[in-house]
Amino acid sequence: MSTRPTPPEAVDATGLSAAPKQADAEVIPAAAARGPLVLEARALAKDFRLSQGLHRETLSAVRGVSLGLYQSAVVALVGESGSGKSTVARMLAGQERPTAGQILLDGNEVQPAQHSQFRAYKGSVQMVFQDPFASLNAVHTVRYALKRPVRLHQRAKGKEAIAAELTRLCERVRLTPPEQFLAKYPHELSGGQRQRVAIARALAARPRVLLADEPVSMLDVSIRLEVLDLLDELRSQFQLAVLYVTHDIASARYFADDTLVMYAGELVERGPSEDVTQQPAHPYTQLLVASAPDPDNLAGELKPVSGEVRRAGSALSSTIGCRFAPRCPLAEDRCRAQSPPLLPVNPQRAAACWRLDVAAPDLLNQTQTEREAIKI
Amino acid sequence: MSAVTATDRNAKATAGATEREPVLEIRDLSIVYSGDVKAVDHVDLSLAPGETVGLAGESGSGKSTLALGMCRLLRPPAVITSGSVIYRGSRVAAGGVELLTQSSKELRKLRWREISIVFQSAMNALNPVLRIRDQLGDVLDAHLNLSSEERHQRLEYLVDIVGIPRDRLRSYPHELSGGMRQRVMIAMALAVDPEVVVMDEPTTALDVVVQREILAQIVELQNELHFGILFITHDLSLLLEIADRIAVMYAGKLVEVGNAEQIHNQPAHPYTQGLLASFPSVHGARKELAGIPGTPPDLSALPPGCPFVPRCRFATDDCRGVDMNIRPVAGSEANHFTACPFVTFESSKSTTGEAPAAVAATSRRRT
Repeated sequence: MSTRPTPPEAVDATGLSAAPKQADAEVIPAAAARGPLVLEARALAKDFRLSQGLHRETLSAVRGVSLGLYQSAVVALVGESGSGKSTVARMLAGQERPTAGQILLDGNEVQPAQHSQFRAYKGSVQMVFQDPFASLNAVHTVRYALKRPVRLHQRAKGKEAIAAELTRLCERVRLTPPEQFLAKYPHELSGGQRQRVAIARALAARPRVLLADEPVSMLDVSIRLEVLDLLDELRSQFQLAVLYVTHDIASARYFADDTLVMYAGELVERGPSEDVTQQPAHPYTQLLVASAPDPDNLAGELKPVSGEVRRAGSALSSTIGCRFAPRCPLAEDRCRAQSPPLLPVNPQRAAACWRLDVAAPDLLNQTQTEREAIKI
Repeated sequence: MSAVTATDRNAKATAGATEREPVLEIRDLSIVYSGDVKAVDHVDLSLAPGETVGLAGESGSGKSTLALGMCRLLRPPAVITSGSVIYRGSRVAAGGVELLTQSSKELRKLRWREISIVFQSAMNALNPVLRIRDQLGDVLDAHLNLSSEERHQRLEYLVDIVGIPRDRLRSYPHELSGGMRQRVMIAMALAVDPEVVVMDEPTTALDVVVQREILAQIVELQNELHFGILFITHDLSLLLEIADRIAVMYAGKLVEVGNAEQIHNQPAHPYTQGLLASFPSVHGARKELAGIPGTPPDLSALPPGCPFVPRCRFATDDCRGVDMNIRPVAGSEANHFTACPFVTFESSKSTTGEAPAAVAATSRRRT
């Protein structure tokens, strides 16, 4: 195990410090093979204040999340609603101020939520939101939505330069003919077209990082693939570092280099997408994969799954022990007493579970054999 | 009227299983919005007792309009312009009831008692100022004449079968999680033992794990209570798992109807083929995803002939003159219908060699 000093833990409002936790295991992300690290989050945490006064209550929505976004690579953040995945994206976008932790852009610490740094930061990091019906101003045309970021971030001057750039943007997201789409209002566009406008708006700032918060979950099944393909094409064309936030682990498998699984505000598993989805190590990831619809299962026999969703902060006592323990079939006393850090599964993968030897014995054996093979 | 217990109908369901006369039959139903938008265009669909029929289609394809129209729940500017909907439950007259000509008083008796609906958004469908107990009780009071003791027992039975703790009867909707609320909706739909339950995207707003639990529960309840389900969703991958038969809808028209094996192994219509190649699956080997190019059509300005022509990779000039009635698929099993007369033959011919064995059963019964 790593001997790194433990990072300072967030102290919650009850005054109780969370039980001292071991450091998370370091892994080599598959995404790192694509390009250099662009944006990094270190031990990000976010507490939301629920009530004020004497009985101050806080909800710790995100705890100790570390992740790196690499040039030309996609990292997926998967979790159910309330798991804190969007909060992580919002902190990285500078829309929420982290309670603890650091954000580093090209190795320099930044505070994106701070007013003085916000606009410069936005020039590098842009976000695409879930709901294309709500994220575009209904009373303005597409032209207006795209013109502002072009002016602000590219400092384009002169009508012709701006018009040329707008045309280029529309063509890049395949809204053709551009002239026709630029004059339209959001209500005249379909969901997929609106999301393309939102993507074009993000590209207008010429960012290096794109944070996509459930970019396709509001779209029809037949449209989703096209939008994901477009994002993938733009990723390679502009060498974008992409964070893909989703509840759909199947799309993460196809779209992302690395998949990070969140549960109740914490990362519970990380590793290359194909490995995580095909051989999940953490009991929660296993549950998630088992719950995904299996179109090839025509027998009509639904595999039963168990447990009720436990929201982040549903109990303050959940700061002690593994947050998945109440739903976990493998939970034992240690799980309820001590919060597991991300433990190494193999050099590329880690999972936050004390009982990995029971949850994923094959995986550990595999790694063991590999290690021995290297020694010989 | 008194509460019909599930065992009563069990006997009837097994007795009638041999001929399996549809409990609900939609014939040639057309629904038009404000005169020129054909939301549902000459649709035929039937539902056998205890069967699950999946209705798949993207938003704007008319699948919800079909379900609401069938229950006579549409308001102007929607107008039903043609067709008939016959309900043949065990509690109505032998020949069945024509729903489209019933008076509103008659309909009130049939709704919920015979055909109930689980709506997509439980948050909006439940009354926020009434306790769960009172909302469920309202349904019982409207249709059954129960003593207070019986009523209480029925309420407890209802929350039991959907897996909600009994003390939650006292809760208000906002005190329940999304999954719990959806379970309340299901309990409410089953409250007076209907024979047809329409489920309009019942799990779309829920997390996958909860979605799974609720679906498993629905399947279990159906095995016990033998109601027919019309399951509406945009998620074909889900339907393949739970539905006996699947109807695929595009631009207000049915483009393909078949059982789950046929749809999965031998999709006939190019749109169905496109849908099947659109969703990534976490299970199995990685496959090539093709998707469907283009955007769903504007229903107020449909092209003549097949509405899928602008997005279809097989389209020819002949497609613009095609009549969109569904017909049996040449070269496939019985009960497999499609609206596409051209590609069908080619595609089914090309795949019959690979998977003929899988389509043997015409109706899949769960054990």
